[in-house]
Amino acid sequence: MTFVRQFSLLLIALLIVNNAHAELVIRVTEGNDQPTVIALSPFDLNGLKIEGDITDIVESDLRRSGLFRLIPQQDMLAFPSNSADVYYRDWRLLGAEYLVVGSMSNLPDGRYELEFSLLSINSQKIQFTHKVRSPASKIRDLAHSVSDKIYQSITGIRGAFSTRLAYVSVIREGDDFTYRLQVADADGARESLMLESKQPIMSPSWSPDGKELAYVSFETGRPAIFKQNLATAERQQLTDFKGLNGAPSWSPDGSTLAMVLSKDGNPELYIFDLASRKLTRLTRHFAIDTEPAWMPDGKHILFTSDRGGTPQIYKLKLADRSVERITFQGNYNARASIAPDGRTMAIVHRSSSVFHIAALDLKTKRLIELTETTLDESPSVAPNGAMLMYATKYKDRGILAAVSVDAGVKYNLPAKLGDVREPAWSPFLR
Amino acid sequence: MKTRINLYASLLAVTILTGCSSSPVYDSGSDTTEIDNAGVKTAEVESADIEVVPVVADIATVFYFDFDKAILTDESRADLLEHAVVLAGNSRSVRLEGHADERGTREYNMALGERRATSVKEFLVMQGVASERIEVISFGEERAAAYGSDDEAWRLNRRVELK
Repeated sequence: MTFVRQFSLLLIALLIVNNAHAELVIRVTEGNDQPTVIALSPFDLNGLKIEGDITDIVESDLRRSGLFRLIPQQDMLAFPSNSADVYYRDWRLLGAEYLVVGSMSNLPDGRYELEFSLLSINSQKIQFTHKVRSPASKIRDLAHSVSDKIYQSITGIRGAFSTRLAYVSVIREGDDFTYRLQVADADGARESLMLESKQPIMSPSWSPDGKELAYVSFETGRPAIFKQNLATAERQQLTDFKGLNGAPSWSPDGSTLAMVLSKDGNPELYIFDLASRKLTRLTRHFAIDTEPAWMPDGKHILFTSDRGGTPQIYKLKLADRSVERITFQGNYNARASIAPDGRTMAIVHRSSSVFHIAALDLKTKRLIELTETTLDESPSVAPNGAMLMYATKYKDRGILAAVSVDAGVKYNLPAKLGDVREPAWSPFLR
Repeated sequence: MKTRINLYASLLAVTILTGCSSSPVYDSGSDTTEIDNAGVKTAEVESADIEVVPVVADIATVFYFDFDKAILTDESRADLLEHAVVLAGNSRSVRLEGHADERGTREYNMALGERRATSVKEFLVMQGVASERIEVISFGEERAAAYGSDDEAWRLNRRVELK
């Protein structure tokens, strides 16, 4: 018996990120209308003093995905911590399709270990049992990896809760600006500062191993492309050409960056080889060519060009530099971000003078608008292809928001201070 | 009067400001996930200090454009003709800063800001100003002149500033 309950479209839940330093606050505005019902029995901590509520973090992750409805703890008749203590009938009466139980222990080396199981209530079976270990300082990572495991087991899609976001925040006081390049967990917690400058910072792009970011900084008085290691803060200026130095995009194999330079007269796409520092010019057109985005195959690059009169997305084949127009609907389509399957392309799309995020299926050519707000920009697809993050405006402030690629699930991550923009969703980090 | 651009760009002062935040590591092959220690460190930058002195007091130094366009208006052309005359009588350099309104994408707007500044430059060059004396830089939509999301703010932001 599948117990899928119809659920109201507006699942309004205010989730305060469980971290005093978090700057982003998540607000789920829309959820799936047929969510899977799951119960998380609070994990048995066995008296251990643990910083951070693992059960709460996992619940928040699953809720944010929009695909789950969680049974409230006050409705539970018991809090089992291992599968032997589970009375399936009780959970079936609550309408649960799945139950998670688990308990924490301390390892001799001081680390923690959580052993947890996912139980299918309908088939009265243990779906899996898994152990996750972490140092005390990494409890959030531990919790997110629990969420990943549960999500993958139920949906068949790899979880992206352990990934990160890079973004730019700006605080303006009069004519004084403070730009920050930040990195946070995908849920907005544990925000870390990578770079602060009085001059603009733009266009963060992750290296495919998730260890470095490339970005544009105006700190020298003009735009230049830098790359920076997250763990060591070691940074390197890669370009310093006359004119535009912009839109870096790391190739899937990590060896090159596609970028935009206007040193030869107007904006053209180039490939910068990180080992040899050699530049290869890709486009040759008097129009604007910008915003390169690698296809997952590493053989094609999507980009924005106004060579047809208005900004549209084109696809360049690296083998012979041939260029093919991809978008035809509407008079402004730009800033492509492609899903890992190479099929769903997120873009900024203007319809009736308003800028939305849209998804174009490259196979069926079907375009769907994913957002209803105005001034939506900078789409960045999650590494599992399920959601995308974008920047929008809310009450005159720049905020980040997320939407599923079928538009069914939405949540906002408004910043407590200033404007946030240009989200870049990291690749899988392990 | 002279446009002075002093760049003090002392870079790469790398300091450690933030605490741990790391990527966990899967112990693949087993049913156990291991999470390790690593951190995000902050790089610090002392940003460029740009000091700009206005070029000519009495002629307009800001030129406005239509959405997604880089065509000079008649008014802009008239003002730029005067600038060209003044520039012919001295040897100073000018800096043209191109901007866009907030609509559309950021990198496309960087290109658009440059296209606008370049069209001002080309006009001045046609009037006999040596192109080496003109520097073009685009800020895209990163440096608004007016705030708000309405037609008037957008109009004021689609501009080239001559400095």
